[in-house]
Amino acid sequence: MSVSVRVPTILRTYTGGESEVTAQGTTLAEVLDDLEASYSGIRARILDDNGALRRFVNVYVGNDDVRFLDDLATPTPDGTQVSVIPAVAGG
Amino acid sequence: MSAVIAEQVTGNTPDNTPGTTPGIREGAFGNARALICRECGHEVELGPHYACMECFGPLEIAYDFPVVTREEIEAGPRNIWRYKALLPVPTDIEQSPNMEPGFTRLLRARNLGRELGIETLWVKDDSTNPTNSFKDRVVACALSAATEFHSKVFACPSTGNLANAVAAAGARAGIKTVVFIPSNLEKPKQVNSAVFTESLVAVNGNYDDVNKLASEIAGEEDGWAFVNVNVRPYYAEGSKTLGYEIAEQLGWRLPDQIVIPVASGSQLTKVHKAFQELVKLGLVEDKPYKVFGAQAEGCSPVSTAYKAGTDAIRPVKPDTIAKSLAIGNPADGIYVLDICRETGGAVEDITDDEVRDGIVLLARTEGIFTETAGGTTVGVLKKLVESGQLDPTLETVVINTGHGLKTLDAVADSVGPAATIDPSYAAFVKTGLA
Repeated sequence: MSVSVRVPTILRTYTGGESEVTAQGTTLAEVLDDLEASYSGIRARILDDNGALRRFVNVYVGNDDVRFLDDLATPTPDGTQVSVIPAVAGG
Repeated sequence: MSAVIAEQVTGNTPDNTPGTTPGIREGAFGNARALICRECGHEVELGPHYACMECFGPLEIAYDFPVVTREEIEAGPRNIWRYKALLPVPTDIEQSPNMEPGFTRLLRARNLGRELGIETLWVKDDSTNPTNSFKDRVVACALSAATEFHSKVFACPSTGNLANAVAAAGARAGIKTVVFIPSNLEKPKQVNSAVFTESLVAVNGNYDDVNKLASEIAGEEDGWAFVNVNVRPYYAEGSKTLGYEIAEQLGWRLPDQIVIPVASGSQLTKVHKAFQELVKLGLVEDKPYKVFGAQAEGCSPVSTAYKAGTDAIRPVKPDTIAKSLAIGNPADGIYVLDICRETGGAVEDITDDEVRDGIVLLARTEGIFTETAGGTTVGVLKKLVESGQLDPTLETVVINTGHGLKTLDAVADSVGPAATIDPSYAAFVKTGLA
């Protein structure tokens, strides 16, 4: 499964400045593994030492926050867009 | 300016020499020294940054505060710039076009106190700000930062009040504004933005969807200052002025208890930060105080976590009339839990009917028409007293964040004429109101 991943500004040092990259995987966990293979170090910025999503990062598959879905086990169908976005407070 | 009081910081030194981004004028951010991650302590130089490169934690302003006296503050203007030494703004901030918010009234609420059995109760009424909510405070600080960063567009995702404040402040400053709101927002809040800007964008989704969109745009568009995204560290500091004013208006002392509405949680954390700074600077005596958070049941992820005794805040899909509190994934929620627990306070929630009751109770006891967020706060205050969580013998402050005319529909069906009569004295007598 090939998906596109939108990369936030603070992670673009890993992607050579690219704001959107492609990755493979049937679940979010697999997509992050594939990202790590291509852009070494990027996964540790998104996941904490226990392998869970960091508290202040939101990851979306399509338009849905994966915390409402199956978290890292969320399926990533072919062509899906994955977005990694810092959590910000204040409305 | 002699001795320097440096804030306690942990860990790392800045990535770059402390100072400002090239192209930023000297002193553009006053006594602000750097941006510091609230999670890991990593520091970066001042700039339009908001998330830690190490852990995604929120960046906050770190200061080298000078000695500040009560007299210097009291000699300042009757708006938030009297506290400019404690904000990330230049010393000549009064020269820039702004809405001059703040120094709103702190009302002794004897009638409401009597009704609830609270001996000494105050209402900090921020509905009297220029666009009738506390958001004018944060936007004024964000506008200063956006100006110093030479931003071309002033923007925000908003549940309404912020959009009103951004649109108005941008108009006054002569900078293009683009504000994004959920499309189901209360009509008065939409009008209150659209009247100030031709670029109000209604998004099909809830606030969290709008926030996501704004974050994506902020990552792609150069020159855009999203007040609560990429200039958020500067913006958020504006909420501190609520805490400063409360202490000053009480005669330079802290209250025993304070009840604050919780949406993202940012305001509550900044009021607490303000109290801590005042103590650190020697402007008020140190004393214990309790901080209470207020949510509506239809969007109460922080209250739910508090009651469950956990730090895990599970996001929710909001469903409440208190739309300005309808942030289902509150980024500062974890800090709200910390502060409320550490100070001996609590986080509580109430139903939409209780929100309406809170609006009417404040109106009929103190003559203050509050929006749904204020109704939530008053309703939670009542519940906290009834449940014994809030001590009615201690001096208490409750914050009213915005004006009820913005959320008129919430109570439009609950209040109305006591009678409809013919214009005759006899008809009036029949009403029993004589």
